[in-house]
Amino acid sequence: MNGAGGRPGRDDAPDRLYTLTGGRSRAGADSPFDLVTLVVAECDPVPGMQSEHAAILRMTERPTAVVEIAAELRLPVGITKILLTDLLDAGRVSARHPRQEALPDPEILEQVLVGLRNL
Amino acid sequence: MDSATSRASAPLGASADNGLKIVIVGGFGVGKTTMVRSVSEIRPLNTEETMTQAGAAVDDLTGVHAKTTTTVAFDFGRITLDARNVLYLFGAPGQERFWFLWDRLFQGTLGAVVLVDTRRIDDSWYAIDRLERHGTPFVVALNDFGGPDFAPAQIREALDLDPHVPLLRCDARSRESAKEVLITLVEHVYARYAAGAADPARPTQELV
Ligand SMILES: Nc1nc2c(ncn2[C@@H]2O[C@H](COP(=O)(O)OP(=O)(O)O)[C@@H](O)[C@H]2O)c(=O)[nH]1
Ligand SMILES: [Mg+2]
Repeated sequence: MNGAGGRPGRDDAPDRLYTLTGGRSRAGADSPFDLVTLVVAECDPVPGMQSEHAAILRMTERPTAVVEIAAELRLPVGITKILLTDLLDAGRVSARHPRQEALPDPEILEQVLVGLRNL
Repeated sequence: MDSATSRASAPLGASADNGLKIVIVGGFGVGKTTMVRSVSEIRPLNTEETMTQAGAAVDDLTGVHAKTTTTVAFDFGRITLDARNVLYLFGAPGQERFWFLWDRLFQGTLGAVVLVDTRRIDDSWYAIDRLERHGTPFVVALNDFGGPDFAPAQIREALDLDPHVPLLRCDARSRESAKEVLITLVEHVYARYAAGAADPARPTQELV
């Protein structure tokens, strides 16, 4: 479903994207989500829930990165972050943000090297 | 849509809590997707971000209708490193309009791989320039398409490459080779921060 047939979001009418997010705007810099923030569902989908919200809750039973959610929903990353913010504000998901921000932590770099060498 | 059948792979372990990023940049056809596929535990997926030419991503959906909107697609793969750390590899185009996205999407990235086809060396110059300006650590990997076999010094000169930036050959189709490129990058990042980013005495790495 994520094959060459269509890029997520590209074929969607802007109206669909508008409907999904209720037309809200949110400055990109304000979003707490990184591309690789791992999202974890804190509850099951409930009847009547917006279908994208329900889909996110199903796919995040185990930790799932924002970018994987966007690819699977076939939505642009920015729109996906708005949906995730709704769920986070409602306490329906939790977010595990990347630990390292500006400078890499040598301890983590060592862990990365060990992991890569063991591949 | 049945998400169970469209999942690209087995899910991450429940204890995964730290996502890391490495970006592979280069021109069209240079082997970015191939390299991601070689080492990824999931088949490469793709997604996109929409932005205005001014650089702000279009979260304000009224902007979707604006003529200045442009969309950049990128693909990615995933490597589970251990119980907590998960590395995401992004294959991203090197052309000019892509760089509007860099700060928004790829800030906090461990580093970058610049993939180069020796038949089209000049394609890489822009990406290298931008990475240097951003202060993002990177390595240059020559993907072997059977192009001209330049000496390392010639390639460094053609790319105007700082002497401490590692330069190595690779075959993006090979898992071992792609692994080696990633390890070289992370070792470079490690050395850079261990030595202090301002230390001028870093040795030249000549790996070609
Ligand atoms: N000979 C050779 N071909 C390669 C190599 N890496 C990739 N290719 C081929 O080059 C083509 C473009 O690669 P792709 O990964 O799609 O490039 P991208 O546009 O940078 O993502 C594909 O047909 C690959 O099979 C390589 O190391 N050697
Ligand atoms: Mg590609």
